[in-house]
Amino acid sequence: MNALASRRRHPAATLLLLLLGLVAVGGLYALMAPKPAHAAEAAADDVTAGNKLFLANCATCHGLHAEGTKIAPSLAGVGAAAVDFQVGTGRMPLAGPGVQAARSDKIKFTDAQIASLASYAASLAPGPSVPDGQFTKGDGNIARGNQLFKVNCAMCHNFAGSGGALTRGKYAPSLRNVTGTHIYEAMVSGPQSMPVFNETNLSPTDKNDIISYLHDLDKDKNPGGMNLGNLGPVSEGMFIWVFGLGLVVAAAVWLGKKAA
Amino acid sequence: MNENDTEPTQADVGQPGTAVRLDQGHLEGAGGIPERFANPGLPPHVNRSADLGERAARRAERQVATLFGISMVAAVIFLVAYFAIDQNTYRFIPGIGQANLSNVVLGVTLGLSLLCIGLGAVHWAKTLMPDTEVTEDRHPQRSSDLARGEAVETIMAGGDASQLARRPLIKYTLGGALGLFALPLVVQLAGSLGPLPHADLSTTFWRKGMRLMRDPELTPIKASDVTIGSVFHVMPEGIDKSAHFLEEQGKAAVLLMRLDPAVIQVPKERSWGYDGIVAYSKICTHVGCPVGLYEQQTHHLLCPCHQSTFDVTQDCKVIFGPAHRPLPQLKITVDAEGYLVADSAFREAVGPSFWERG
Repeated sequence: MNALASRRRHPAATLLLLLLGLVAVGGLYALMAPKPAHAAEAAADDVTAGNKLFLANCATCHGLHAEGTKIAPSLAGVGAAAVDFQVGTGRMPLAGPGVQAARSDKIKFTDAQIASLASYAASLAPGPSVPDGQFTKGDGNIARGNQLFKVNCAMCHNFAGSGGALTRGKYAPSLRNVTGTHIYEAMVSGPQSMPVFNETNLSPTDKNDIISYLHDLDKDKNPGGMNLGNLGPVSEGMFIWVFGLGLVVAAAVWLGKKAA
Repeated sequence: MNENDTEPTQADVGQPGTAVRLDQGHLEGAGGIPERFANPGLPPHVNRSADLGERAARRAERQVATLFGISMVAAVIFLVAYFAIDQNTYRFIPGIGQANLSNVVLGVTLGLSLLCIGLGAVHWAKTLMPDTEVTEDRHPQRSSDLARGEAVETIMAGGDASQLARRPLIKYTLGGALGLFALPLVVQLAGSLGPLPHADLSTTFWRKGMRLMRDPELTPIKASDVTIGSVFHVMPEGIDKSAHFLEEQGKAAVLLMRLDPAVIQVPKERSWGYDGIVAYSKICTHVGCPVGLYEQQTHHLLCPCHQSTFDVTQDCKVIFGPAHRPLPQLKITVDAEGYLVADSAFREAVGPSFWERG
């Protein structure tokens, strides 16, 4: 204890205390944060079953007839594609209020339940349906997909599909390791801030080419070195300003210091 | 302790809290600036531990040798790795993740080898090489009076011998020849700065009646293709046949969006569009980055370079960031077949401001 007390005025002590405090607060939060409730079981794969699921899990925000409320949009016309995307990627049901729903590995419904919900949403008003497997396999032209991606997607989702910041806390999510079906559905339904890329803007073949390119990116191997999140000049600049310049300054101080 | 405390009686010394003239303050005692400041000289030389004891010197020697030794080992590992590790080996590397083993090992060993040579050399210089302070006085710059007089005489004698003063015709024609000779050099330099931009900065490839084409496929767009919430990246018809394709592409890029006409707040924007379909230049008015980040819920257009944000419902007014002017709108309409066409060229210069733009 004495050894600790004698070092309490060490310059690193404040930093260490701060770090300890942050870790403690973070750990407590992780322990005490509310856990999402498990969704009710359902088996039947039709509109009625979907309606029941909807009333139990979604109606609080989207309204009893999916007409939308102040806090959530109407689901009329969003189509089965939007439901399959939002629920299938774990974005919905929303874990908590925020600027944007985040992708989550904890999918709260089974595939059959998602299909019921999707058919319920599709029954409200016509909208894009879940794409069939033909154009989501990612067996298209990778080079053409790259060209289409650079023009239509890369400004938000980044040249390497790593995502990027939008205004006021919103962001374009990373496109790494997303299934072809979900990529396709996002393009036709335009979830959250994303604009719609309908079948006349990017044909199903175009979309398949983009999916092929993204799947090829997933397989990309690191040629060596830290990729710093593949975020481009922001993370790279931050690194070189902090560590690169820090090293240069440290070297200059060492060189200029008298030896004795 | 300052001047005011030590000499309160002196009349022209400022009152407490007021400024003191430079030649009155800051010197304890009489005040004023001395005739001459004494040279404080060099601080006393402090010997290093390696100067004092042979043991410390030997330790420093060993440290330097160790650094050079690490450099040699790293260089040898580089050479071995160059031949031994297959180029297509991928391994998990702590701090990096899965990465090409050959590149990582080659980079790290080569860097370490060079770094240790440098560290060793500096450590050697700082611990063992002599570090006693030495002064060398500058020799006087002025030449002796004799040499200066001789130099003046030589120049004057040369001037007399050339008869410059006696023959003014030669003096003036020589001046003219030397002065005019500078002009061909200057004209060449100015001429090689490249062609003048003329109207290139103010005009784009867009002309009235040109169809709006999808980028990069260059297929025409029907008004009915553009559903609400859609965004199309657009190029003018025939741009691929332009002689300066890339330059034209960089100026003509357009973003086509469809909004609910009710949310458009500016009548000019609605009338320059078609049924809620509006076309805006994609080139940021700040420094010309492509403004492509369209948020379909908020109708904000964000520039990825410096976060300038334009509100599409307010005729692309700047609502955040360093851009100064709104994005120029392209007036569009539909042709007989239902395809979207430009109703006029851009009415103002697209992209960043420039001097003549005003």
